[in-house]
Amino acid sequence: MSPSNELTLSREDIVRLCERVEGAQTRAYAIPKLTDEYPAMTIADGYAVQSELRRRYLAQGHRLVGWKAGLTSKAKMQQMGVDVPSIGFLTDRMARPESSAISMADLVHPRAECEVAFVMKKDLHGPGCTREDVLDATDYVLPAVEIIDSRYSGFKFDLASVIADNGSSARFVGGGRARYVEELDLRTLGVVMEKNGEMVAMGASAAVLGHPAEAIAMLANILADMGEHLPAGSFVMSGGITEAIPVKPGDSIVARFQELGSVSMRFV
Amino acid sequence: MNEEKIRQYGDELFDAWRERRTVAPLLEREPDITLDDAYRIQLRYIERRVQAGEKIVGKKIGVTSKPVQDFLGVFQPDFGQLTSGMVHQEGDVIDLGSLIQPKAEAELAFVLKHDLQGPGVTAMDVIRATDYVVPCFEIVDSRITDWKIRIQDTVADNASCGVYVLGKTKGDPRKLDITLAGMVLEKNGELHSTGVGAAVQGSPANAVAWLANTLGELGIPFKAGEVILSGSQSALVPVVDGDELVCTVGGLGSCRVKFSGRSAV
Repeated sequence: MSPSNELTLSREDIVRLCERVEGAQTRAYAIPKLTDEYPAMTIADGYAVQSELRRRYLAQGHRLVGWKAGLTSKAKMQQMGVDVPSIGFLTDRMARPESSAISMADLVHPRAECEVAFVMKKDLHGPGCTREDVLDATDYVLPAVEIIDSRYSGFKFDLASVIADNGSSARFVGGGRARYVEELDLRTLGVVMEKNGEMVAMGASAAVLGHPAEAIAMLANILADMGEHLPAGSFVMSGGITEAIPVKPGDSIVARFQELGSVSMRFV
Repeated sequence: MNEEKIRQYGDELFDAWRERRTVAPLLEREPDITLDDAYRIQLRYIERRVQAGEKIVGKKIGVTSKPVQDFLGVFQPDFGQLTSGMVHQEGDVIDLGSLIQPKAEAELAFVLKHDLQGPGVTAMDVIRATDYVVPCFEIVDSRITDWKIRIQDTVADNASCGVYVLGKTKGDPRKLDITLAGMVLEKNGELHSTGVGAAVQGSPANAVAWLANTLGELGIPFKAGEVILSGSQSALVPVVDGDELVCTVGGLGSCRVKFSGRSAV
């Protein structure tokens, strides 16, 4: 196995895998994880495929609106069998308004999770970004629900494959109440997710790497590894506080956050 | 169950508590024991502790989360009595030698300024009657061998209450979202688990209302000044010599507890 920071895929492999992932994302079908065919695939290979995917979407006119940190809680890492967090990009095509009906026709097997989202007012450049740097660069925070949807059969994957699939990013809903970070204890915010009126997941924001801003710092540092930065105006999701809950047509989700209000949506 | 057997089992649990040892599950020996019998055994056990010099200072609510209710096959919480011998102050080091098979859980405690008389008490009445809330740890302990409890065993054994520690940061439930306040539990400086008030019966105030109504039906008073531990918002944490736990309730504050020595089991 190669070190995780080493590229093993050729340019042709990267383009081919990218097309495979793009097809699965666009037409909503499940594919075997990429490492079945490329067992030596590294994390760097995964990000190479993801970057190619981003390039292609932006060339098609999608707008990059921000980033997401994924696999940031111990529970999530165990659930998915991986041991480091990951990042993915967010475009305008993935955004859905609060209180809307989200179509499941173009999703494979989506799951919803509660997150604290950050909106940046300053550029953030890694490496070496800290929690304090993140808080200093934040315009405001708000509650969000991320709808993840792995394009891999059975939601089964390894880190290289999930990164190539853009961290399972599918849809996101920001809402609730915007707040200044100085007015909150971002470590102890309680969260409850309800599905069809029943509580299905609970936690507090420390579940995300001890403090959600740590996840944003980690994200900025991974971007720096790729020669990029987090620009002012970015919308950034810090990772699931609760486990991800499967949804089906007819389900209604409400995420309730201490101090930040709630975010709701239904699936059709 | 006749009065003689109630006394016998209550006395047996009192002796087990005093001598720091466990007894076989009661339900294994008395398959027909009812929940009502179990509460009568609890009252006998507590009567013995009061006769031995302790005072009743409050109540604890247990079995408040859905996973624990599913595990025990019940649809409602249970309760036990807090006595003066169970009280520890924040900053105390708890001697595990005084316990049998302890585990810690993080909770929100209520202190009442008015009596609550059920039945008919709602969560709104609870907020009105509350003087303040504080973060706390309950150290649960079981006098039943290997924690092999069914609901009747734990109820008879005073809802598996061991000792408890109240934090010092008092909050007004009118200024704090007790339902959505996060609970962060750290063990020896590392994040252990997180939770939220809603894990307890949808809100800790619902659990206290349930208790007021249940006590009302049993004719047990629920008095101003009493401490009520409203139910666990965390996972159960086994504790050993040298462990330090901190729980933090979002918007309220923390409670810290240290342990030394060895428990009986």
